[in-house]
Amino acid sequence: MRGLIGRSLTAAAALAMSTAFAHAAPNVEVLHWWTSGSEAAALNVLKQDLQKEGIGWKDMPIAGGGGGNAMTVLRARVTSGNPPTAAQMLGYDILDWAKLGVLGNLNNVAEAGNWDKVVPKAIQKFSKYDGHWIAVPVDVHSTNWVWGNKHLLDSLGIAQPKTWDEFIAAMAKVKASGKIALAMGGQPWQEATAFDGVVLSVGGPDFYKKAFYDLDQATLSGPQMVEAFKRLEQLRGFVDPNFSGRDWNLATAMVINGKAAFQMMGDWAKGEFLHADKKPMVDFECFRTPGSQGVVTFNSDQFVMFKVGKDKQASQDAMAKAVMSKSFQVAFNTVKGSVPARTDVADTQFDACGKMAMAQLKSADEHGTLLGSMAQGHAAPAAVKNAEYDVVSAAFNGQYTPEQAAKELAKAIKLAQQS
Amino acid sequence: MARPNATDLRTRLQEWIPKLVLAPSIASMLFFVYGFILFTVYLSFTDSKILPTYGWVGWRNYSNLFQLPMWSVALENLAIFASLYIMICIAIGLGLAILLDQKIRSEGVLRPIYLYPMALSFIVTGTAWKWLLDPGLGIEHTMHLWGWTSFHFNWIKSSDYAIYCVVLAAVWQTSGFVMAMFLAGLRGIDNEILKAAQMDGASNWSLYRRIVIPQLRPAFLSAIVILGFLAIKSYDLIVALTGGGPGWATQLPSTFMYSYTFTRNEMGVGAASAVIMLMMTAAILVPYLYSELKEPK
Amino acid sequence: MSSAIQSNVVHSGRVARVVIHVVLLIAALFYLLPLFVMLINSVKPLSQILDGNMMSLPHVWTLKPWSEAWSTAQIGVEPTGLRPYFLNSIEMVVPAVAISTMMGALNGYVLTKWRFRGDTFLFGMMLFSCFIPFQIVLIPMARVLGILGIAGTVPGLILVHTVYGLGFTTLYFRNYYAAFPTELVRAAQIDGAGFFRIFWRILLPLSGPIIVVAVIWQFTNIWNDFLFGSSFAGQGSQPMTVALNNLVQSSTGSKPYNIHFAGAIIAALPTLIVYIVSGRYFVRGLMAGSVKG
Repeated sequence: MRGLIGRSLTAAAALAMSTAFAHAAPNVEVLHWWTSGSEAAALNVLKQDLQKEGIGWKDMPIAGGGGGNAMTVLRARVTSGNPPTAAQMLGYDILDWAKLGVLGNLNNVAEAGNWDKVVPKAIQKFSKYDGHWIAVPVDVHSTNWVWGNKHLLDSLGIAQPKTWDEFIAAMAKVKASGKIALAMGGQPWQEATAFDGVVLSVGGPDFYKKAFYDLDQATLSGPQMVEAFKRLEQLRGFVDPNFSGRDWNLATAMVINGKAAFQMMGDWAKGEFLHADKKPMVDFECFRTPGSQGVVTFNSDQFVMFKVGKDKQASQDAMAKAVMSKSFQVAFNTVKGSVPARTDVADTQFDACGKMAMAQLKSADEHGTLLGSMAQGHAAPAAVKNAEYDVVSAAFNGQYTPEQAAKELAKAIKLAQQS
Repeated sequence: MARPNATDLRTRLQEWIPKLVLAPSIASMLFFVYGFILFTVYLSFTDSKILPTYGWVGWRNYSNLFQLPMWSVALENLAIFASLYIMICIAIGLGLAILLDQKIRSEGVLRPIYLYPMALSFIVTGTAWKWLLDPGLGIEHTMHLWGWTSFHFNWIKSSDYAIYCVVLAAVWQTSGFVMAMFLAGLRGIDNEILKAAQMDGASNWSLYRRIVIPQLRPAFLSAIVILGFLAIKSYDLIVALTGGGPGWATQLPSTFMYSYTFTRNEMGVGAASAVIMLMMTAAILVPYLYSELKEPK
Repeated sequence: MSSAIQSNVVHSGRVARVVIHVVLLIAALFYLLPLFVMLINSVKPLSQILDGNMMSLPHVWTLKPWSEAWSTAQIGVEPTGLRPYFLNSIEMVVPAVAISTMMGALNGYVLTKWRFRGDTFLFGMMLFSCFIPFQIVLIPMARVLGILGIAGTVPGLILVHTVYGLGFTTLYFRNYYAAFPTELVRAAQIDGAGFFRIFWRILLPLSGPIIVVAVIWQFTNIWNDFLFGSSFAGQGSQPMTVALNNLVQSSTGSKPYNIHFAGAIIAALPTLIVYIVSGRYFVRGLMAGSVKG
């Protein structure tokens, strides 16, 4: 033990020296979970942008659990008094951290860049706290998408469904042909992602907001929610028996291979199609969940900036500025399958689905129908989101009838709010 | 009073050295284990969310915890999982050890094959198992391709049976290790006793039942301690294999605790679940340790 | 089979021996199955995997996934592969295993040969400490490491792994030394040998087998640990498991499963080698260690 402490002290001294050296060259330390090939490559663009300005990049990638592992590490880092410069984060997590008073202030950069004007208001809700900019949005994904294999649909004579009933009819037709109608990955977050669109298809944005923003008990257990769970049950009838536990990208592969016709998934699924050399509107279709047109349920990855010493303020500001720059937003989002978090970017470099998503984002922002995704933690805090996962997943797996499910949803959310 | 002379001092010092040597371990254990347990107990009575905060809320976290259907599912699963896992591992481990102890020439090859799963982390063997158990990809699919179309093995997709798949994969990982422990125990038994019993005309079966297995008691102790340790900590396994699903049919207290503490930002409830889990562990383990440790003097 | 390990004297008939061999072989197949899946999928192109042929042999054999996992796969923003993380793991594992084994040996020595009032109780407490869920120590540990100034460093990780490995190493050595004749220690004492001298000269030279057990156990646990490694490592000290996790986990990106499996096998190689090379000593060590509860 004595030996260990001795070692530790020497190491601590060595560390102190190394940080002293590090001060000479400005750098940013970034905690994120973009480790898969294309995402990491996209992030490398940012690293290089910063390097051009003489700012080093200290990489802290922690993948897994949809950012869950990274959040655990972040807790350890903040508790030990050594937070990173910036951390990737989503939705309500950002505000929860902001409440603890550990985040920085980006107002100078934001004012200079006119962020208040160019970033959609619904996204600003998560980038600002108490009137200060605390985070920089990197991308905007949305969840109410359906992906279809165009060749399969054409061969069955199925046109793009516009309403829920058309969607069900289309899937019935696919099922009758012997193919799998809906490719699904039975993991709670995937089921909840599909449920975002389902809820919208039942009662539109007003119902969605009342249920998932206001968490109104009567709405959550009411007849419209029962209807939503009925539709979820309908979907269950169109998935293959082996859906449970399947990774989302294997479900996407089923659509790509023509084994299945549709998948309800966020627009990160597009990357899988492109990766397999499929062309939008030629090989595959993208359209909003039937019945939810006009609404966009988004989730936006942001870089949350932590309070740092004066010596690091300049490099943190530079990073914030670089993330928001048009060139990076385009470079990153074309790779990621998402759209830029600012609405004043030209869409020339985006594919057909991307152009559509950009236009829809802009119009939804203007009409107040850009809503946070429940499944991705942008409608309610983590505790509530996970309570919803529990019920939606149990309902989709046949543990509840639609009536029970609505009641359980209200109960679970109430409980989650209490604690 | 006579002044202690030099030799006295030396003996006195010699008496203290053992305690001094032990002291750092004891101190770090008291602080890093029992101190942190107390801290967790305290947290379970607070309104902690993302990070520890110290607003006192009394028993609220506990009462919320026991209203959560997922928590009772997790407890139930742990009971099923731990008891099956420990029993099957011991049965397979002991069985393989006894068979391997019959002067098998290929032991040198077989032993590492049985042992190697322990060396792998479930971060990725989980994926291999997931595929094997998946009816559309793995064993069932292969059997169908081989013409055995009536073969069905879809437990992993069923809320009622998925937990048994978790047991299967867990048994795969550790039963070889248990085998090694029993094999060691078997090799440690005095052959003279066995020979004497054989002279008396005891059959192989009764030889094992009456003489060999009772002598393996220490190996049973180590096996149960180690398997209990692994059962309670099973986390990677669940995350990689089922993610707690279908639905939340395979949640265990460890996954529950992690998700409430770190992904659901309800650290208070997570701490409460940890306290309950520790109490359960203590309730089972303490009497057992007591009875095992008090005898050898 | 070395003479130190004797097979038993129970005899079985020829039919029984065939049955025994068949059972052992089936068991071996069961244990090998997942490794087989990992191996064949690590040498086939991704397109074949995504077509749903996870269990079939590769149409085209390729070693590219292996080289990519090792040197060019994307772990963070840099496509470094697993290579640089290997050394990080070694730097952390070797001292942590050495220190916790050494301390466990000393503890076991004290608890069996220098007994005092309450020693069994203390040992019971240490044993119970093996069972705490590591998740609960994360936050307080982070605070302590922060105060000590070793958060995000290799010494910090070594401290954590040593502290939480002590229970098991002490258990192993205590059981082993319990069977060691106390008379020898007393005799040496009468000859004037001191505490450390007895340990170095008499016990340690005979501790080979149990050291193997403790080292294997600690090595496996620490090498495969993800929770501590991810939480307490800093940039530049992240261990192999964290890198492997970054390689295989991805929420919204594509998943090259063949590279994942190759990476997984690479990451497991050190522990696999330790198990295979020391397998024989391992059983011998366990044998010596489990004589007495």
